[in-house]
Amino acid sequence: MSKPRLVLIGNGMAGVRTIEELLKIKPDHYDITIFGAEPHPNYNRILLSPVLAGEMQIKDIILNELDWYKENSITLHTGKQVTHIDRANRKVVADDGSEEHYDRLLIATGSTPFMLPIPGNDLPGVIGYRDIKDTDEMIDAATKHKHAVVIGGGLLGLEAANGLKLRGMDVTVVHLGPWLLERQLDEVAGKMLQKSLEDKGLKFLLQTQTEALIQGESGRVAAIRFKGGMQIPADLVVMAAGIRPNYALAEKSGIYCNRGIVVNDTMQTYDPKIYAVGECVSHRGIAYGLVAPLFEQAKVAANHLAGYGIGRYTGSVTSTKLKVTGIDLFSAGDFMGGEGYEEIVLNDPYGGVYKKLVIKENKLVGGVMYGDTADGPWYFQLLKDGRDIHDIRDSLIFGQSLVGDVGHAGNSKAAEMADSAEVCGCNGVTKGTIVKAIKEKGLFTLDEVKKHTKAASSCGSCAGLVEQILASTIGGAYTPAALDTKPMCACTDHSHKVVREAVVAKHLTTKEAVFAEMQWKTPNGCDKCRPAVNYYLISSWPHEAKDDPQSRFINERAHANIQKDGTYSVVPRMWGGLTTPSELRAIADAAEKYNVPTVKVTGGQRIDLLGVKKEDLPLMWADLNAAGMVSGHAYGKSIRTVKTCVGAEHCRFGTQRSMDMGVKLEKMLFDMYSPHKVKLAVSGCPRNCAEAGIKDVGVIGVDSGYELYIGGNGGIKTEVAQFLCKVKTDEEVMEYSGAFLQLYREEGWYLERTCHYMERVGLDYIKGKILEDEEGRKAYYQRLLDSLKDARDPWETSREGNAIKQFIPIQIEA
Amino acid sequence: MSNWKLICKLDDIPQLGSRVVHWPERGKIAVFRTSEDEVFAMHDKCPHKGGPLSQGIVHGKRVTCPLHGWNFELATGQAVAPDVGGCKTFEIKVEGGEVFLAV
Repeated sequence: MSKPRLVLIGNGMAGVRTIEELLKIKPDHYDITIFGAEPHPNYNRILLSPVLAGEMQIKDIILNELDWYKENSITLHTGKQVTHIDRANRKVVADDGSEEHYDRLLIATGSTPFMLPIPGNDLPGVIGYRDIKDTDEMIDAATKHKHAVVIGGGLLGLEAANGLKLRGMDVTVVHLGPWLLERQLDEVAGKMLQKSLEDKGLKFLLQTQTEALIQGESGRVAAIRFKGGMQIPADLVVMAAGIRPNYALAEKSGIYCNRGIVVNDTMQTYDPKIYAVGECVSHRGIAYGLVAPLFEQAKVAANHLAGYGIGRYTGSVTSTKLKVTGIDLFSAGDFMGGEGYEEIVLNDPYGGVYKKLVIKENKLVGGVMYGDTADGPWYFQLLKDGRDIHDIRDSLIFGQSLVGDVGHAGNSKAAEMADSAEVCGCNGVTKGTIVKAIKEKGLFTLDEVKKHTKAASSCGSCAGLVEQILASTIGGAYTPAALDTKPMCACTDHSHKVVREAVVAKHLTTKEAVFAEMQWKTPNGCDKCRPAVNYYLISSWPHEAKDDPQSRFINERAHANIQKDGTYSVVPRMWGGLTTPSELRAIADAAEKYNVPTVKVTGGQRIDLLGVKKEDLPLMWADLNAAGMVSGHAYGKSIRTVKTCVGAEHCRFGTQRSMDMGVKLEKMLFDMYSPHKVKLAVSGCPRNCAEAGIKDVGVIGVDSGYELYIGGNGGIKTEVAQFLCKVKTDEEVMEYSGAFLQLYREEGWYLERTCHYMERVGLDYIKGKILEDEEGRKAYYQRLLDSLKDARDPWETSREGNAIKQFIPIQIEA
Repeated sequence: MSNWKLICKLDDIPQLGSRVVHWPERGKIAVFRTSEDEVFAMHDKCPHKGGPLSQGIVHGKRVTCPLHGWNFELATGQAVAPDVGGCKTFEIKVEGGEVFLAV
């Protein structure tokens, strides 16, 4: 049986991206044919500016080599312009007479530069700035001619002007608006930009209207005349006064167009067999001219072409970045502000830094940054997430590092880093390696960079920095996904938020039910989503959903930590950091009996036995169980330790019995699984020897009771815990901290520490749930106790039934 | 011709799980079982840093190394792109609910 045929008109970024997305989710579904008017394979149009500036070569910006088309059995017609769509007979006709039938048609004809309707606009030497041909012509002109004029002071115009200047031409930018980039910048930032560009040698004529282009003796353009009569020499005129969606072909074929090919939220045109994506499209009345929205459209179109019918495109908030080396500029959203908006402005004209944040109803809605754009992606993320910024408002303008850069930060400015600088300390990946991979492999997302370079794929603390490098390398093509809509992994389009909520709302109790209900793309998930789904099931439906050991990472399956040589480490629990001579004797005996090579005291006040063979684990645990010890869960996304100081029991400064309090908390939380690991500490006085300030829950005894702190972290990014409240009794400490942990267990996304959860929802939200709603707090606390009511030691249960099998190797005799 | 050696019952290996076989001449072999009850066998040693693949999470017809997250095709032993490398695979079959390894 022959496959249905899919024809793509337009071999550019949006169209080919759609094909790539389609091949990812449903390979071999269609026979695919692509028509491209240019003689090249798909290349990254955004990087034409660095090519013009001499910083990159054409070969560096090719996204899909010809081999890619071959490998995917795609028929590619380059240098052929489609002139006619015969919708009745479902075929397209190209200018060389070739025809192709289609079952589905995808139109991605992009846009064309707007050529001012003035005399002389068709003279030799007058060009738009759109493709490789235009770029080549500019490079060529720079070797032969002196005077260049760029009409239009927008992003493209300034990048063209900068490139021509670097190639030795004398460049004047003519702009109709009152300041440069008036669609991306406010007046202050626009003027600062103009000053920096003037320092680089560019000239500007603002609020100037072009009247005519004048022909020289050679037949080529020679001068430009403005309204009012002024005239300057011009051997090359680049029109960068805007783009027009290229929809003539579609319109001629009777497809409904209105300043673009009109599409619905599934990227379908008025002809149901025809889809359209990219700059040629008008979606909800908007035609996008930046790359990021096009990629979102591509994803949606691919899903519908694949016949899955999931996903809608609902429009994009865009951000821009100027790709002129040495100039840092970032803008996003509604940056002009005005009535009904609030603005926070930082203006240091001598230091060359300007930042403006526009806020409406406690949410960031837009911003402009000039000179220091390191926090651009972070602001953009806040904007897309619609996060309430009320609690961080006072330090918002100073950026993420001042607000608290929990695990996401890249403090150094990505653009200024040397290529040899190490970005990912876990895997030893340098900036140069990342930039090279982004350019050579055409990477656009953090996940792709992780896969190809391993950067940010271990501890993740450099993810923010990698995102900045992405943003500075590919400019406007980069959009971070909003956190709550970011897919969990490649197995699904659903986010952690959506899956979590569905598990509760639809009463799903098995992973099979989740995969079926949520239309997973893989039969049984992957190593990323399965542990997350398993956690959501057992935390949402305790005692009802059955834990699936095969959905757990090896450490939680083997109840011990795997080490680099494949052996394991064993950490018996020492409640509140307390032990006894007989326990120590049993530990010493076990260490000798099983030839433990390393015995170490941990940071959590207990003892680690490292280098145990897997087959010895159940035997060693039986010995430790016999001495009254249980698992320390040192391996789990679970309760780890409650660290204590000696407190009022012995200490002359102690105000509260911290050891006792710590033991009570640790017993309450035994065997508690959570989105990520959880550590507590109890100090007996404000000297805080138990270091409660960097724990998920920190308790500090004072004369009149206890202070509770939450969301601290001593790991990847040190994060100081925030004050939650003060309570009087031990019972209240248990209730408040238990309620907070249950809230986190019910709402946290898998692998989100309490500090990340808190950054996402805000401390005010947590206070509302735990402090202001007494009934709610007691209910959270009760649910925690309920779900832990029949907790058993996993070391003990590992000897029961089939559980023991995994520890016993099968022997083949020689 | 292969010589088949009975190693265990199919139900001794959990679905989406594995067992380790100690084979003196060949070292450690990881034996995997998919959700469809297919079984696969390969060297229990990741070509990256020697991680025990038997301890990884099995999904579809792949396994993820527990140490640094490389993915391998169970059928061929080859690493999934962009990673490069592979493990030796061994012939294995299921008959009458019992698992046999070619020795």
